This record gives sequence, structure tokens and C-alpha cells, in this order.
Amino acid sequence: MPPESAIIQIEGVQKRYVLGGEADVFALRGVNLQVNRGSYLAIMGPSGSGKSTMLNILGCLDRPTAGHYWLGGEDVSRMPDDQLSEARGLKIGFIFQSYNLIAQLTVLENIQVPLLYQGKDLRAYHDHCVELANLVGLGSRLSHRPNQLSGGQQQRVAVARSLVNDPLMILADEPTGNLDSRTGLEVLEMIDRLNAGGKTIVLVTHDERVAARAHRVIHMKDGVIDREIINRPPPR
Amino acid sequence: MTRSFQFSSTVRLGIKSLMLHKLRSALTMLGIIFGVCSVIAMLAIGEGASYEAQEAIKRLGSNNILIRSLKPPEQARQQGGNNNRGMNLKYGITYEDGSRLQATIPGVTRVVPMRIIRENVRFNRNEVPCQVIGTLPCYSDVGGAALVRGRFICDLDELHQDNICVITTGLAGRLFPGADPLLHSIKIAAFYYRVVGIVQERSQPEQRAQAGRMEGQPIDNNVYIPLATSRTRFGEVLFRRSAGSFEAEEVQLHQVTVQMRDLTAVESADPQIRTLLNHFHDQNDYEVIVPLQLLRQAEQTKRIFNIVLGSIAAISLLVGGIGIMNIMLATVTERTREIGVRRALGAKRRDITRQFLVETVVLSVGGGLIGVLVGIATPILVSHLTDMKTIITVSSVLLAFGISGAVGIVFGLYPARAAARLDPIDALRHE
Ligand SMILES: Nc1ncnc2c1ncn2[C@@H]1O[C@H](COP(=O)(O)OP(=O)(O)OP(=O)(O)O)[C@@H](O)[C@H]1O
Ligand SMILES: [Mg+2]
Repeated sequence: MPPESAIIQIEGVQKRYVLGGEADVFALRGVNLQVNRGSYLAIMGPSGSGKSTMLNILGCLDRPTAGHYWLGGEDVSRMPDDQLSEARGLKIGFIFQSYNLIAQLTVLENIQVPLLYQGKDLRAYHDHCVELANLVGLGSRLSHRPNQLSGGQQQRVAVARSLVNDPLMILADEPTGNLDSRTGLEVLEMIDRLNAGGKTIVLVTHDERVAARAHRVIHMKDGVIDREIINRPPPR
Repeated sequence: MTRSFQFSSTVRLGIKSLMLHKLRSALTMLGIIFGVCSVIAMLAIGEGASYEAQEAIKRLGSNNILIRSLKPPEQARQQGGNNNRGMNLKYGITYEDGSRLQATIPGVTRVVPMRIIRENVRFNRNEVPCQVIGTLPCYSDVGGAALVRGRFICDLDELHQDNICVITTGLAGRLFPGADPLLHSIKIAAFYYRVVGIVQERSQPEQRAQAGRMEGQPIDNNVYIPLATSRTRFGEVLFRRSAGSFEAEEVQLHQVTVQMRDLTAVESADPQIRTLLNHFHDQNDYEVIVPLQLLRQAEQTKRIFNIVLGSIAAISLLVGGIGIMNIMLATVTERTREIGVRRALGAKRRDITRQFLVETVVLSVGGGLIGVLVGIATPILVSHLTDMKTIITVSSVLLAFGISGAVGIVFGLYPARAAARLDPIDALRHE
């Protein structure tokens, strides 16, 4: 069982892809990791080393083929599909490389989507959503559609969306991968502020400068954690 | 409360997604629109037509059995040997048949004979081709005509072979423009007949049999005279002008209406009448018409019509449904990424199913609604432009609308399930 402070606790997690005919692919070969509340973790590593696979499992989008995963003290590694959906909606905020906003919805509606699946009354949360839009600097763009926004603005909407259910942690897979360095920096500063406000962050990146902002960096290689660097002490 | 709110926001979302591809959604709906519209319109037209047919038959009287004289076919006449032009052609129902029917068939309340003669009727300068119908006072009791003014033929007229007549409203209008017919007499052939009454025609005797010859002529130009008067004034041998030469024929009665006590009596009397007449007629010179049977046939026809209609409607809605399914499958593929995103943001499989199902139902029910409107407008328009009667029944509207909703659910289920089955990661990775 994980200690109280651990939001993420994984033990011996493996992910094997069974491919008919060819040899099976081991994307993860026994990973152990603990992430504490309020910490900021960056995952680095060469392409194909299993970073995204890891993040998918952490995000309850995928189940490990072996090993255990406790999310906020709850074992989610064998959960049925519906409960995984609920865990994603309530405990995790996603930020994707390619923003992944829903094209037919406005900024405000995009921010509201996670509320919808928790059966919450959108009217009651309207002010909350507007507040989040203000937080990411898009308070004046509430009724714009994604295709009317720049990449950086879209990613900021995604940040607001990830926060709407007040999740335990935010998972970001190369959140600045599609952005130029200046707008990327804006998004990273936003993430920094969230972490400073107490949110747990797990972020996958190829960029040393991005990783440098985290408390802790793990380097992956061939499906295992190769080495780990502590940049600065995590908050107590 | 949250639940209904969630549902309404799902519907709004569905409409939004559909509005993203307006043309596509409209074209998809078109299939359902046509399906629903055709069901309602065709049912309304069918209902109207069968209503008119049934009314026409009912006017003949469902308690009545009609027997009409028929000119025997050419062949039979030649075998009979009295075919030469100018010679008497004798056929049809006789006075004796009438009395036999009255005497032998159980359940008969009245036997109303009719002699129908075509003559021109004159008043002053006006001359109108008419059917001069010699009949008995009880004609008005078997539902043939309704008295408007004056009186119908009475027993004394018959007894005295009076030269009186009763004319139909149509004839009154044509023959006496601006004059009161009841103060005048009309001239038929060589004799004058005093007008004693005006009737409104309900069923037109001979109309069916004579339809071909009656073409272009107004139908309700009828003059009723006492049967006895008809026999003495016109004689038993009638001349008919045909193809430039005269044809003489001896027909005692053109039609006999046998009124039965009730519907069961009609059923049992029908074969008895045929047997009786068959016994005394060696040629096929009469026909027996049972309105009750015609009514049943009309109902049967309507049932068949409804089945055929139902099949056509089912096929058109099926095609519409397949169209919807096709589009929804394409939509699911197109929006795989969106499905992945929604799943990542906490949507359960059933949320995705519901989302796409709602979209198809919005499409089909939207199409259904438009179809209902167009389907109601079409028969109204048809009635306006033609004199066809149409009846829009509430049940047909509900049926068509209900089916359109069902089509949405049935054909939306597969694409919606396909969307829900997608693996979130695969869906997210989809380009
Ligand atoms: N669905 C799958 N089926 C088979 N193999 C897979 C599947 N998904 C991932 N893999 C394999 O798992 C390994 C790890 O993939 P992963 O996407 O986690 O790499 P990554 O570290 O995120 O790489 P990148 O930096 O390029 O994003 C790769 O070898 C990949 O080919
Ligand atoms: Mg990756």
C-alpha cells in the first residue's frame, strides 16, 4: 500500500503489446515510481522509450498488463472501464501536445466538457468556468471557436479545461511540442503557477529546458526508468 | 433535475454537431422527410378515396339488393335466333320476376321496380335529355331520393295512370330557370306531365351501368313518373337509336331494388335471388348487385391498399434509415479524435453511445417533423387543386412520426455502439 502523501504509486508496471505473428512489444518492463502530492515530475527519454505509454497508464487511459497502480490510494490497475472513465474525469486533467479541443464547441463549452460527464449542472458552474478562462487569459474569448484561436491560446484553453474538475494531478504529454518557444514559455509558466498553487504535475518532454522547471526528472530507456535527477527539493 | 438537464444539453450538443454540416444533415434528413410525408399523404388520399367509394355504396343502401337488366352478349343473342335488326330484342327482368321475388324470398320488405327510358324532356324552349324513370311510390322508401318540395308519386297516381311527374333538383334548375316547376307541366315525347314534386337525388339508378353512355351529360337529370303511366305512355317495346339505325327492344323492368329486413336477410337472400332468377331466365340478361358485398369488397381493397402502402412506406423509411446509418458511420470515423478526447475527459462508453444516438434521433425526428408538416400540407393541396377527397387521420401522423423516431434509434444504435467501443488511446491517436 502506498504512503499517504503519494498521489501516484506504481509497482512493477509492465505493458506488453501482443502483435499477431511478430514478437510482442514490451513498451514498459517493470516500472516503479512514486509521485507525491504537489510535486512536479518531468519524464524524458528517447523516442519509443515508453514515455507516452507510461503517461497513458498514469492517466487511466490504459491498463498495465502486469503490476499495480494506486491513484490517490486507490488501485486502478484492474478497474473496469466505467470506473476508469470516472477516475479520469474526476482525478486527472489532461493537456495534450495537439491541444485536442472539440472543434464545434466554444472556448467556454470546451472548458465545460469534463463537467458534463460528472453529471454536474453547467449553470451552477458557469462562473467557475469563466474564472478559469480568465485565469488563462481568455476571458474575452469565451464564445470563440478553437479555429479562431492561435495554438498558444488553444493550449491555454486546454489548461483551463484540465482544471475544471479540480483534479488530483495534471498530465501533459509534450504540451509545448507544437508551440514556438515564446508561447510555449507562456504555457509552461502557467503550469508553474499551477504547481506553485499545489497541483501535482507530470509532464513528458524532449526539451531539457522544459524539464529543468520540474522538481524531478526521470529518464526512460527501453521501457524502464534509466536514471533520475532531482532538480530542487519538492515541497513538503 | 441534473439528468434532464444533461439530456437537454446532449440534444443541444447533437444539434450543434449536425449544424456543423448543414447540407449533409439536410440531405440525410431528406430520406426520412420523404418517407414520412409519403406515408401520411398516401394514407390520406387512400382514406379519402375509400371513404368516397364506401359512401357511394352506402347510398345504394346496405339493406338493398339491386337487380339490373342487362343486354345479353351478342353471341347469346345470335344463338337465340332473334338477332335481326329491327326485330324485337326481348330481355331483362319482368314484372313477374318482381312479384315472384316479393312472394318467395324470405325477409323481403319491399320490391321497387324501375323502368328507365331515355327521352328528351321539354319545357317551353328548353329541352334536356333525361332518364324517365317509371316506378312505384315506395321508391322513396328505399333511399333513392329525398323529397325537397311537393310530394312524391302516390298510390292514386299509379292507380289512375296519371300524367304527373317528380323531377330532380338538377333538372328543375336546367328546365325551369327562374320559374317554379310545381306550377307547370313538362313535355316528354308526345305527352304533358304535371310536376308535383322535386327530389334530391341520392343514388343514381343506372349510373354505373350506363356510365359510358352518360359521358358528358349531367347525371341528375331524372324524371320520376308512375310505373303504370310509363307502361301505357311508352308501351312495352322501346326504340333506341344506335349507330344510325333503330333498335327495338322489349325490356319490362330495367332495375328492381329489393329491400331486405336486415343485413342477415341480405346475406341469405342473395343466393336465393340468383337461384330464382336463374330458373326463369335462360339467358344471362340480368345482374345482381349486393351493396353490402361491394362494401365488404371495398373494405378488403382498402386493407390490401394499406398493406401495400405500409410496405412502400417501410421500404422508403428503411432506405432513409440506411442513409442515416451511413452518414453516422462516416461521422464516427471523422470524429474518432473527438471521441478519444471525450473519453479522456471522463466520458463513459454509454455517454458516447448516447451522444451519437441522440444525433441520429435528432436527425430522424427532425426529418419526421418536417415530413409530418409536408405530409399534412400535401393532401390539403391535392384536395384544393383536384376534387379528390383526402382524409388525414391522427393515427397516420402518429404512426409516421413514431416510425421515424424508431428508425433513428434502430439505425443509430450500430454507429453509436461502434463509437463507444473505440479504445480511448487509439481514438486519441487517430489523425
Ligand atoms: N498500440 C501499440 N501497439 C504496439 N506497439 C505499441 C503500441 N503503442 C506503443 N507501442 C510501442 O511501445 C513503445 C513505446 O511507445 P511510446 O509511444 O510510449 O514511446 P514514446 O517514448 O512516447 O516515444 P515518443 O517520444 O516518440 O513519443 C514503442 O516501441 C512503440 O512502438
Ligand atoms: Mg510519446
